[in-house]
Amino acid sequence: MSSVPQPSRRSRSRVAGSERVGPYTLLRLERGALDPGVPGQFFMLEAPGRLLPRPFSLCLAPPGELAFLVDPIGPGTEALCALERGDDIAVLGPLGSGYRLDVERPLLVAGGIGIAPLPYLRERLGGGTPVLLGFRSAAHAEAAELLPGAQVAIGPELVTDLVPDGYDVLACGPEPMLHVVAERWPDSQLAWEAPMACGYGACYGCVVEIDGALKRLCLEGPVLDAARVRKLQFATSRGGVAA
Amino acid sequence: MRLLNASGCLDALAAPQVARELDGFVTKTVTPLPREGSAPPRIAETAHGMLNSIGLANPGRERFLADHLPRLRELGVPLWVSVGGFCAEDYAETCAALGDVEAVELNLSCPNVDEAADSAAEIVAACRAATRLPLYAKLSAAHPDVAEVARAVAAAGADGLSLINTLRGLALDRGLRPVLARGSGGLSGPSLKPVALHAVAACHAATGLPIIGMGGITTGRDALEFLACGARDVALGTVLFSDPSAPGRVRAELDAACAEAGVVSSDDATGIAKSPENSRKVPA
Repeated sequence: MSSVPQPSRRSRSRVAGSERVGPYTLLRLERGALDPGVPGQFFMLEAPGRLLPRPFSLCLAPPGELAFLVDPIGPGTEALCALERGDDIAVLGPLGSGYRLDVERPLLVAGGIGIAPLPYLRERLGGGTPVLLGFRSAAHAEAAELLPGAQVAIGPELVTDLVPDGYDVLACGPEPMLHVVAERWPDSQLAWEAPMACGYGACYGCVVEIDGALKRLCLEGPVLDAARVRKLQFATSRGGVAA
Repeated sequence: MRLLNASGCLDALAAPQVARELDGFVTKTVTPLPREGSAPPRIAETAHGMLNSIGLANPGRERFLADHLPRLRELGVPLWVSVGGFCAEDYAETCAALGDVEAVELNLSCPNVDEAADSAAEIVAACRAATRLPLYAKLSAAHPDVAEVARAVAAAGADGLSLINTLRGLALDRGLRPVLARGSGGLSGPSLKPVALHAVAACHAATGLPIIGMGGITTGRDALEFLACGARDVALGTVLFSDPSAPGRVRAELDAACAEAGVVSSDDATGIAKSPENSRKVPA
């Protein structure tokens, strides 16, 4: 995984805009001096009124902006979705390690809000990279508009059943989906998720079983080679910081 | 006034730039044997605070001394080693193995392991016999009379006190299941501050020992209040999670808060809190 120095200072970013994408919100921040980093890296965004920031991978990097896709599933993410143009929040990032882009035949696979890092990833890989998306409802599938030309599975159909052979899979999604991807495509790269308080190795809260031991996802990932996580012992549900 | 981190709230090897902003780096608690720590989820946000059950994850004494400590020394920041264990000998053996560090903090109160409730003085005495390094006893405010514990560890040879550790708490998710895999965990953050201020004031009055005050410090004004209650130094904990630039910010804010309070220097602020009689006059 690519590794870059971890930033140690927060900066403040003004909200440039906020748009609904299906049930999600695309929160656009003025980029300022922030580096968009490597696709799959993440930023800690201040959740107004909450004690702890929340981690988000970068969704899009339009000129002068950084955009994040937010699923309003708890008090922190709801506060982020309620931000309006001109508000400002503290931002720390980019953090962690992103996807390796030196793959021969990339195929992007995501489930639900796991779509978040793919638009920026596809942009950096080259616009024609094929994409498979799975959503639990047609409303959620509206987010597919962020990736024109993507093949979409809705409801009981599993996106992992659509993956053809012969590709380098770069995936992001719910943990059960990632386990299936890891089992079937051992060379894939997976963007994992865990509750985090800090994002830079201080809180030890985001451990997942990596290489057979509990390690901090913020430092080891969040993008991991599938071989490192195949034998997960603990059920690391979304839990922890209530999004 | 020295500005430190609360043990377990910063990894100086992962974030050396943050550690270098401090007057001393306090390690995560070192136990005799390696500990992988608790299963996740390990953290939960609460109203004005958070719970953690990290479970004293650490590489163990042997690897800490051979691998971590040499790399920490390269940072050039005074090192405080937090020492933990399950009996007095555990603590004393680690103290005896520590050479040239600034001080030792004895974690007598981590809520994630079975607590050695009445043996605080015994542990301090054993460590006193094992090292000449300054010994700071980190106490919990869960004891009904923290000043009594402070007097006991002072008599046993502690050079200072670290006040306070987290308090045990519980948070439930929407399905009424504990958020933390271990069930309960240590409460930290702003909700802890009033408890911590009281413990600092009570232990300052009871012992006069140097105190590192901590528990929900978010701003320079918070730090000033800890000094005013009797702390000589202060430590940042949970605030480091949301703001790694907190050390520089809190320091600047403390200078401003001192100026506003008419205090020349933060070094002159220890114990200046007024008594209730002086500050609260009943209007005629």
